[in-house]
Amino acid sequence: MNLNYSLKTAITGLKTNKSRSVLTILGIVIGIAAIILISSLGAGAQALIIGQLQGMGTKTITILPGRQPKSLMDATQIFSDSLVNKDLDALKKKTNVPHLAKIMPIVFGADSVSAGSESYRLTIFGASDSVAKIFDIYPDKGEFFTEEDVRSKADVVVIGSKVKKELFGSSEAIGRKIRIKGKSFRVIGILPERGQSSMQNFDESAIVPYTTAQQYIFGIKYFHRLIIEADADKNVSQTVRDIEITLRNSHDITDSEKDDFHAETSTDIVARLGIITNVLTMFLVSVAAISLIVGGIGIMNIMLVSVTERTREIGLRKALGATEENILLQFLLESIALTGTGGVFGIGLGAVLSFFVSFILGRVVSMNWQFAFPLSSAIIGLAVSALIGLVFGLYPARKAAKKSPIDALRYE
Amino acid sequence: MKIIEVKDLCKIYKDDGTETSALQGINLNIDKGEFVAIMGPSGSGKSTLLHVLGFLDKHTNGTYLFNGKKFDDYTDEQVAHIRNKEMGFVFQMFNLLPRTSVFDNVKLPLFYSNIPAFEWDKLACEAIESVGMSHRMHHEPSQLSGGEKQRVAIARALVLNPSVIFADEPTGNLDSKSGQLIMKILQDLHEKHGNTIILITHETFTADHAGRIIKLHDGKIISDQKVKNRIRAEDFVK
Repeated sequence: MNLNYSLKTAITGLKTNKSRSVLTILGIVIGIAAIILISSLGAGAQALIIGQLQGMGTKTITILPGRQPKSLMDATQIFSDSLVNKDLDALKKKTNVPHLAKIMPIVFGADSVSAGSESYRLTIFGASDSVAKIFDIYPDKGEFFTEEDVRSKADVVVIGSKVKKELFGSSEAIGRKIRIKGKSFRVIGILPERGQSSMQNFDESAIVPYTTAQQYIFGIKYFHRLIIEADADKNVSQTVRDIEITLRNSHDITDSEKDDFHAETSTDIVARLGIITNVLTMFLVSVAAISLIVGGIGIMNIMLVSVTERTREIGLRKALGATEENILLQFLLESIALTGTGGVFGIGLGAVLSFFVSFILGRVVSMNWQFAFPLSSAIIGLAVSALIGLVFGLYPARKAAKKSPIDALRYE
Repeated sequence: MKIIEVKDLCKIYKDDGTETSALQGINLNIDKGEFVAIMGPSGSGKSTLLHVLGFLDKHTNGTYLFNGKKFDDYTDEQVAHIRNKEMGFVFQMFNLLPRTSVFDNVKLPLFYSNIPAFEWDKLACEAIESVGMSHRMHHEPSQLSGGEKQRVAIARALVLNPSVIFADEPTGNLDSKSGQLIMKILQDLHEKHGNTIILITHETFTADHAGRIIKLHDGKIISDQKVKNRIRAEDFVK
């Protein structure tokens, strides 16, 4: 018994019925292609989301008011006023949080701004002078406000490129005044156009010192977020622990169950979103897998026809000394060769389609989309298609193997 | 030395509840190197006997010893191996694989043997040469005449040099000239290589090429005689 020869026999068997073989594997080709396409797009979407998050930096820790929501319904504490100035001072102490490199409070809200007769609704951020470094965004004209501006609650603003266009058109904006909540702000910087490439769309925002925003725009004493950067990646988790201890002290909390704040690292967010996209991808893949089952039934059907058609051949092979295993193997190899070929073409087609979709998303829709071809899904695709051949080929192959030689030879 | 020993062999077919007795108590011994013709009218059970003797079918009652061992004592795998190595089959309908060259058809039994693959081509060539079909090596069965097909089938049967060749009306579908050539090949095989040959025919002329004729009627042996005036096939082949 010779596997090489068996494989050759199987392929010859398939070549004899070329058009039938091609039509039979079409179901497998489409099924595998769909799975490859979906997992490729899933990986692309994941890369896009994670890429955006990592634009914030992996050393970044975000402190949010309210405790970590345990479920979707648990939103009671989300809009809390628990983060205040004394927390900021406590966190800034080197003895409390030794690995803290930067800390920046943030307040934000939607409001309209006006310049002359033009008015525009946008997101207003109150931030500190660290905003450029933390969000990796620098004005291409003018500059950001300074530490001194923050301390003195200066009425200065840095605006996004779209805001500038809406309010001032093509004329010079630096040094001009805009009005927010009846107060006049001097434009000191304009941010470059960034599109949707980061978590926040800075193109449609105005950034002012947080002290100014608290007092003159929102009229609040607390912060919406505290953005903290650790000094190194390896110190992030230690820093999170230090922050929690410091804030519990500052808030007189002894039981961690009663925390009125929670910390999120970008790793947390990436992991959580990764789970969401994975679940979504798995769901879509399992829908596509139904087509593989349908394809497999097609394979079984054709293999049964083939076994019946070749009854005399089976009888002859047995008369010439083929064992049941020989016949079983011959027909199994035939169906595996069939589905395996389908798998290879399916992977090719899936790759081409996902490249095409990535191209459209990247160039035509101008998203920051990267073509991703997960090798693992190609390998799984091939394995699955071979498995389908094995599973759906087994019944016809067993039927062939069990034929009595003389009955098979007599078959008309 | 006996290669085939049969005692009280019966074969009953069950079909939709009705039982048909194809063989009713056959007693038969065949020695190694014998050339036996089994004769009888259609329905006499001669094909059934050949199939049982050739391990293609199972008998219902009695004992059948091949090479001194009971058929029932062979495992399925051993049965397949004996069909491959010890027996060669020549069918009335040739049973060549369509769309497959003469060369590959003859190679078919080698595929199921334990002979290493590098010797296959040589053995197949020798077998094809011995039936005088070397010039048609790469033709497909559809391009061959009936006589040529049967010669290829004989080449396939003898490629592993089996001890017994079973021929089921090998000349039945051939004109007399082609049939005569087939009989010459079988006689040569028997004489030169000493293969045991068991031949089924309903023609006395064909049967007279053998050394012994067994006549069957209604599943029973009615006569078992040596052939006195054996026909030499080469006398009729020009």
